[in-house]
Amino acid sequence: MSVRQGLLAMTLASALALAVSPAMSQTLRYANQGELKSLDPYTLNESTTHAHLGHVYEGLVERDKDLKIIPALAESWEIPEPTRWRFHLRKGVKFHNGDPFTADDVVFSAERVRAQGSNLQNRLPADAKVVKVDDYTVDFVLSSPNPILHGQWDVWYIMDKKWAEANNAVAPTPVAATTPSYASLHENGTGPFTIESHQPGVKTVFKANPNYWKKPEHNLKEIIFTPIASDATRVAALLSGEVDVIEPVPIQDIQRVNASPNATVLSGPELRTIFIGMDESRDELLFSNVKGKNPFKDIRVREAFYKAIDVELIKNRVMRGLSTPSALMVAPELYPLSKEFTRPKFDLDGAKKLLTEAGYPDGFEVTMDCPNDRYVNDAAICQAVVGMLARIGVKVSLLAQPKAQYFAKVLKPGGYKTSFFLLGWTPATMDSQNVLHDIMGCRDDPKDPNRGEANLGGYCNKQLDELTDKILVEPDVTKRNLLIKQAFEIANKDYAYIPLHQQALAWGVSKKVKLVQRADNQVLLYWATKQEE
Amino acid sequence: MSEAVVQHKAEEPVARGAAQTGWFKRALDSDLFYSFRRSRITMIAAAVTLLFFLLAIFASLLSVQNPFDPAQLQLMNSRISPLWTADGQSPFLLGTDEQGRDVLSAILYGLRISLLVGVLGVVLSGALGILLGLTAGYFGGAVDGLIMRVADVQLSFPAILIALLINGIAKSVLGNKLDEMSMLGVLVLAIGLSFWVQYARTVRGSVMVEKNKDYVAAAQLIGLPAPVIMLRHVLPNTMGPILVIATINLALAIITEATLSFLGSGMPETMPSLGTLIRIGNNYLFAGEWWIVAFPGLALAALILSINLLGDWLRDALNPKLR
Amino acid sequence: MLAFTLRRAIQAVGVMIAVGIIAFSMFRFAGDPVNQMVSIDTSGAERAAIRQSLGLDDPVIVQFGRYVANAAQFKFGISYQFRLPVTNLLMERMPATLELAICATIFAMVGGILMGVYSALRRDSLLAHAFQAVSLIGISLPTFLIGILLIYLFSVTLGWLPSFGRGEVVRIGWWTTGLLTLSGLKALIMPSITLGLFQLTLIMRLVRAEMLEVMRTDYIRFARARGLTTRAIHFGHALRNTLIPVITVAGLQFGSVIAFAIITETVFQWPGMGLLFVQAVQNVDIPIMAAYLMMVSLIFVTINLVVDILYTIVDPRLRSTVSRAH
Repeated sequence: MSVRQGLLAMTLASALALAVSPAMSQTLRYANQGELKSLDPYTLNESTTHAHLGHVYEGLVERDKDLKIIPALAESWEIPEPTRWRFHLRKGVKFHNGDPFTADDVVFSAERVRAQGSNLQNRLPADAKVVKVDDYTVDFVLSSPNPILHGQWDVWYIMDKKWAEANNAVAPTPVAATTPSYASLHENGTGPFTIESHQPGVKTVFKANPNYWKKPEHNLKEIIFTPIASDATRVAALLSGEVDVIEPVPIQDIQRVNASPNATVLSGPELRTIFIGMDESRDELLFSNVKGKNPFKDIRVREAFYKAIDVELIKNRVMRGLSTPSALMVAPELYPLSKEFTRPKFDLDGAKKLLTEAGYPDGFEVTMDCPNDRYVNDAAICQAVVGMLARIGVKVSLLAQPKAQYFAKVLKPGGYKTSFFLLGWTPATMDSQNVLHDIMGCRDDPKDPNRGEANLGGYCNKQLDELTDKILVEPDVTKRNLLIKQAFEIANKDYAYIPLHQQALAWGVSKKVKLVQRADNQVLLYWATKQEE
Repeated sequence: MSEAVVQHKAEEPVARGAAQTGWFKRALDSDLFYSFRRSRITMIAAAVTLLFFLLAIFASLLSVQNPFDPAQLQLMNSRISPLWTADGQSPFLLGTDEQGRDVLSAILYGLRISLLVGVLGVVLSGALGILLGLTAGYFGGAVDGLIMRVADVQLSFPAILIALLINGIAKSVLGNKLDEMSMLGVLVLAIGLSFWVQYARTVRGSVMVEKNKDYVAAAQLIGLPAPVIMLRHVLPNTMGPILVIATINLALAIITEATLSFLGSGMPETMPSLGTLIRIGNNYLFAGEWWIVAFPGLALAALILSINLLGDWLRDALNPKLR
Repeated sequence: MLAFTLRRAIQAVGVMIAVGIIAFSMFRFAGDPVNQMVSIDTSGAERAAIRQSLGLDDPVIVQFGRYVANAAQFKFGISYQFRLPVTNLLMERMPATLELAICATIFAMVGGILMGVYSALRRDSLLAHAFQAVSLIGISLPTFLIGILLIYLFSVTLGWLPSFGRGEVVRIGWWTTGLLTLSGLKALIMPSITLGLFQLTLIMRLVRAEMLEVMRTDYIRFARARGLTTRAIHFGHALRNTLIPVITVAGLQFGSVIAFAIITETVFQWPGMGLLFVQAVQNVDIPIMAAYLMMVSLIFVTINLVVDILYTIVDPRLRSTVSRAH
């Protein structure tokens, strides 16, 4: 192309660009492996759903590109006393149907999110009082201090009271709704996009909201979202340019995508920690050839397992370098002192010795439960673990199942029926306390029935529980972090779990598109810009 | 009983003539064998099929590792490309997969699983179909009506759906006890129960024709029990079509197993069949690790192709109109 | 005639009831739907409440009674995943599946008949052998592998055809069609070929065999003796006689095509009933699974019934003993 032609092309391009208004002119096509099942923001506590609905709804606070909590529908807030939070609301914000946003909507949303049928009841303590001070000020009065009250409020979306009342949508749509509700098929948020059409499981079209209160960072006219469950098809769609963004890219295809002329992979560590757990509570394992006793009650056996698993090899081979081996059950992004922990070294001989000392010189047999469609390469990781344990004489038979059957078996409603398992966990509050409480807390605490809810192995150490309770109410960040450190040290000394790694995020993005990747794996396209076509 | 047998043997030449001299022998002696010799493709197909069976039987002697034993897999050796490529490594002739499993060994062992599921599935469906077909045809009336209605219901579902269903039930019934071996059993059951109708209909048809013939009446007259008449006299006449159905169904059964694997209801990855190997390998096609899917795919295609060719030839050879 | 039709219709209803029992009882026991609907940290009490509201704690016989009563009115309940009536979901997805199935059948018929006739007439030509080989490959490669190979070749490598979905669809009443837009037509090509290849093989072999058989009959010899042109013999007589069984088989196979679309739709992310079904199996969405089975059986039973009745009209000899080609 000669200089003159180039100049001409540039002038032409800019003339065209002026003609069609450069801002908000692009159509972005996005494919995810999962579907958007309901538009009611209180139906399902699941991160992909939250991300989709985050385009149309907003919370009082939001998390920025680095996951820091920043003001959204609330302009500012203060904590005048430990049990009272005061939020000052943003003025001049309108819902998509034109209704103004006021304190009444916050009070209404606080009731709705805690009502029977909501899947997000833990966003706000049941006994917290929400008081309207004036049209743009709301107080939250708590029965006990909670410095992380707003920790999950970025995905507690505020709904329009008037709209909900007019459309018979005051009650949240329960996950097991037997009749379709208005709110599950329609939206009325304050967010940067509106939903133009929604065919569940097929296609959802988002349109830019021209009346959005903030200056948009995107240049999109619309987003067309399609679920594509098949890995190969999703990758093919990206490579052929039929879609602009896909999530996730299977890790084996990352190179291929990067080598292609029109797309790249955005990757980074995810906040989810993948770990292995053992049944440490039953007197005899459900699925093992050891009878009359439970080998996992012996710390030496747990240590032996820990040391027999080579996470670096898993990282290099199974995860193709895209994982961060972890010494903790929480991601380093979520806990500043995590650098002070190191993983015990991979040590096959040491593991064998420990096993011999524990009375199993020839190992034993145990069944491992593993999902095969939940985490990145989950079944492959389990297979690798089985091979590694075989080297210290432990014969593991692997039961890798789809998540439906897997969770039904190992979770609380299934009676924690597992002896040895692989699980992943992202603390919803983005905080270590959630990990200590939900997966390391003693089960069957009469005072706190939710403690240890997802503690599938039944690990229990009262000392750790006491620390967890202190951590919840400790307002001083430095002290709090030290308490968390103590708690994690106890768990690590007990070899309560075997943390493996934080898996990597992998989004496939067309070279025409620029977007921001947040470590909680929420694909938020209001930060995306697409090159003019 | 022995007296009856002797008598029945004495009746043979009178009653049925050639049928009793051994259908198979007669066939080999004459047209069938001739047409076999005449078709080179059929001979190749037979040789390939035989080779696959031999490979499956002697898999453990021919493999560098037992791919079903996790202790023998080295993660260090994962994703090595075939020996003749730049990054190839001995002894992995066809390369290795994600878990460091030797692809050739995996194919040999997978072949064993696929053939086992296929053959047992066909035997089960054949036995079931023949039994039900004989019963329906011989007794007629209400029994016949019932069996054929069940067959109708079954026909409302294509085999793959039935197999998915049976798989689903077995999984929920067996639940935690579902290990590799019981999964194998479930697949055999699923395939066996999906393919019986064709046999039953064929057998029933010929029983209806045969049972009014004189020799059956004669056999009844001399007091032979119904099962003996069915098995010794009527059944041999239907062996031709049954053999054709069985051959074609063997190929179908192997495909069904592979498809179930694709939909996530087949053999687990710790004891992969050819179908499972293809499903796993398929994930690596875009990544350029083509050998993980290509070789199991070729093996499966070659196996089914040869069996189909044999089935085709058998059907044509046994159809007098086409000879 | 009327009595026969009536008897067949009653049998069809009986079959449907049996299918209903099977569909219900099978899926009642496969997996726990509650787990699919809630997140991992939902409390036990909440789960129990959901169980109860779904009626999963009632005696099985009560659940079945409820199911049949509703199914008779085409009410299959609410999908656990989408919280929408299953009937609506299936109706929404049905056009996609039917369009795909019809295109695949047309592809199979046209291709199968042409290839079949050719290979019957020029039995030993090179092309006939090539057709024979193609047809063998068609039944020897699993459907999903063919789909993936097509995507790899035509979408990724050559970039000619879309790899997923229906392209742009036009809504006509409740029906959505991809036949009216270029992208819709392009999107139909690979899935139709993938789905139709097996039927094509079947039809090609059938046509070839039937043609060969008809050509041997005395009546063709007579035609030849009467001095009719080869062309007239082949297409006016031989092919016409071949077509009736071919159309019958294609009709009867239509139910199977719809069922086999499960695999094709999964590979191409085709938004039809089959994909809905596979996703339902993965999510233990009992209402969708059960309704899908009923729907496919209904289609199958209806086709069988129609074929039976047409047969008796076309060929009076069959009125007493109707046999069906399989």
